[in-house]
Amino acid sequence: MASEAHHAETLALREQFDTEEQQKDASTLGMWIFLITEIMFFGGLFLAYTVYRSWYPQIFAVASSSLNVYIGAANTVVLLCSSLTMVLAVRAAQLGRQKSIVWFLILTLILGGVFLGVKAYEWNEKFVEHHIPGPSFHFEGIANQGPAQLFFSLYFAMTGLHALHMVIGAGLLITLIFQARKGRFSASYMTPVDVVGLYWHFVDIIWIFLFPLLYLIDRHLGR
Amino acid sequence: MITAAVQEREHYLNASYGIKSWLLTKDHKRIGLLYLATITLFFFLGGAFATLIRVEPLTPQGGLVSSETYNKLFTMHGVAMIFFFLIPSIPATLGNFFLPMMIGARDLAFPRINLLSWYLLVVGGLFALFAMLAGGVDTGWTFYTPYSTTYSNSWVIATALGIFVAGFSSILTGLNFIVTIHRMRAPGMTWFRLPLFVWSMYGTSLIQVLGTPVLAVTIVLLFCERVFQIGIFNPALGGDPVLFQHLFWFYSHPAVYIMILPAMGVISELVSTFSRKPVFGYKFVAFSSMAIAVLGFLVWGHHLFVSTQSVYAGMVFSFLSYFVAIPSAIKVFNWTATLYKGSISYATPMLYAFGFIGLFTIGGLTGLFVASLGIDVHVTDTYFVVAHFHYIMVGGTIMAYLGGVHYWWPKMTGRMYPEIWARLSALIIFLGFNLTFFPQFILGYMGMPRRYHVYPPEFQVLHVLSTAGASVLAVGYAMPMVYFIWSLRYGKLAPANPWGATGLEWKTASPPPLQNFDETPVMTHEAYDYSTVIEEVIEVG
Repeated sequence: MASEAHHAETLALREQFDTEEQQKDASTLGMWIFLITEIMFFGGLFLAYTVYRSWYPQIFAVASSSLNVYIGAANTVVLLCSSLTMVLAVRAAQLGRQKSIVWFLILTLILGGVFLGVKAYEWNEKFVEHHIPGPSFHFEGIANQGPAQLFFSLYFAMTGLHALHMVIGAGLLITLIFQARKGRFSASYMTPVDVVGLYWHFVDIIWIFLFPLLYLIDRHLGR
Repeated sequence: MITAAVQEREHYLNASYGIKSWLLTKDHKRIGLLYLATITLFFFLGGAFATLIRVEPLTPQGGLVSSETYNKLFTMHGVAMIFFFLIPSIPATLGNFFLPMMIGARDLAFPRINLLSWYLLVVGGLFALFAMLAGGVDTGWTFYTPYSTTYSNSWVIATALGIFVAGFSSILTGLNFIVTIHRMRAPGMTWFRLPLFVWSMYGTSLIQVLGTPVLAVTIVLLFCERVFQIGIFNPALGGDPVLFQHLFWFYSHPAVYIMILPAMGVISELVSTFSRKPVFGYKFVAFSSMAIAVLGFLVWGHHLFVSTQSVYAGMVFSFLSYFVAIPSAIKVFNWTATLYKGSISYATPMLYAFGFIGLFTIGGLTGLFVASLGIDVHVTDTYFVVAHFHYIMVGGTIMAYLGGVHYWWPKMTGRMYPEIWARLSALIIFLGFNLTFFPQFILGYMGMPRRYHVYPPEFQVLHVLSTAGASVLAVGYAMPMVYFIWSLRYGKLAPANPWGATGLEWKTASPPPLQNFDETPVMTHEAYDYSTVIEEVIEVG
């Protein structure tokens, strides 16, 4: 190890590393640390949500009941399926099955696209119902409009930032698909598939928290 | 004569030429120098604002600039100095350059991400510069709501976006450092053989990675509230402006430790090198860095003692704030113990280190004043607080930063700076600093509020003293700028290890070769083992 100060650079072994294993470890650790920063990023929103929901539990429940639980649940299933296909893509890369990598990545991309499409439909409904925060916000049936608007501000901030992460993930998937088609990945070098997989699952997990927090609040209030 | 041989040798500075070879470089050493140039620019920009801030209170009537302009001046001074100078200062320049070398690596783990993080700082800086040129921003660097979201009629969004983008630069630097320290250490370089600078960079990186994203999301919410009028922090809708303060300080208090922890790491190196002794209580100093990083996240509420925070929460935060004094004091005591019976040399970096220890002690002890509830209510938003944090950030961080730049300048550039001028500048900075900020403690204690440019005439003497000190300080800061540039061309050629120091970065040529070491070094001894350097010094001398 000590004597190999300089070696020819390859994708699996960049200049600064001594061994391929070291590089793979470093990349994976880097992605895990990045995901921790993402937890802190969404953490600020979860904190704001916690404060305001504990201040205005009734109004948050009423506002939450205007979201369509069935659409949200179906979308959750779609997203979970995309995580499954992502895992299968990683597995295919580990086994070096070139065609399977491409197909599973494409399936993941399609499922992610379906999720975003459904989300766009839901947001559009909010426009029609005047549930967009801002000067023209109006929520029928409650006197205190302010906290209801806070709920929808948080709803759009949280689902919006989640969707932004999905879009970035889709961009990463498209890059991977092109690289996989060129046969870039093999059993000995599949780190990009691995770390994008970690990212994709993370974005899924965020949604697993968002869904109950935004859609299911009123369930346990006996509504 | 070794001159000819040294000039012929290929190193990172002459390996390639041209603007592209710098702007597209993946070499951590060149990126370190890019950062150095960028933050120096912001340092002098922030300094220009500081000059105007200090010239204005020469007279109590406030005749030079309007109140609105004065608001903008201290805001832009804070933004430039904190986000674009102090936070990147030691980590992004000295850390970037020396962290890989100190652990015996050829580069950081992710060189391309390293370059990206410099570009992010530049883009963020351009946003902030645009805001300053277009008319400035007047909210104070803290951007408190609802003033920043609803009422301020200045360039809040452009500035906030600049800070948002620069934040990702900080996050990526921290991420890169953590992975590098974990995965790139040379054979034999165990955790407890790491130089203490590396330990402090590790603690700093943890804060950057865990704290900065919270600031990022806070800025996103601020942006949405100001642009789309959605009102997360708007009391008119039942929102809570104090929630903004909690989120802001959850990052911005730990950010103080992003600024001071690397400085402490530099001081550990300097004190050891120039007293030729291993740092006393290595493990205590190393773990105190981690303790500061962790405790730093639990004290943000001491910025909200007068912001409707419950008294009970205030007591807890006050208590926890006192706790930070323990690891800080461990460091100061251990540096002092390191000096005991050491072979002390009064070279320029050591003068800065002495300055740091004295000024940091004053800044730290006055930190205890403001951490206690009763006194803080009296001195909140006065010059006392201003003096306290300038003793930490200027007297602490900038002294250590300049000490570090002097210490490693021969390694970075291959040239020695003129020692006499450098010692003189260290002395001038120390005197100028104290003259600027000590009167501010008294002003604040007597009740002079910060951020005011009109004040009762009885405060004038102290204000004039402070302004006089600021001009001395300005001379002190201008001097290194001149002689460093002079030394690039006319300075004596630097040997590989001019100080007889122990770190791996001194075991390679000055300036270092492209890959840092001709052969991957193997660490065979503890850090700061001076028995290993004696022969080399004789060899060079």
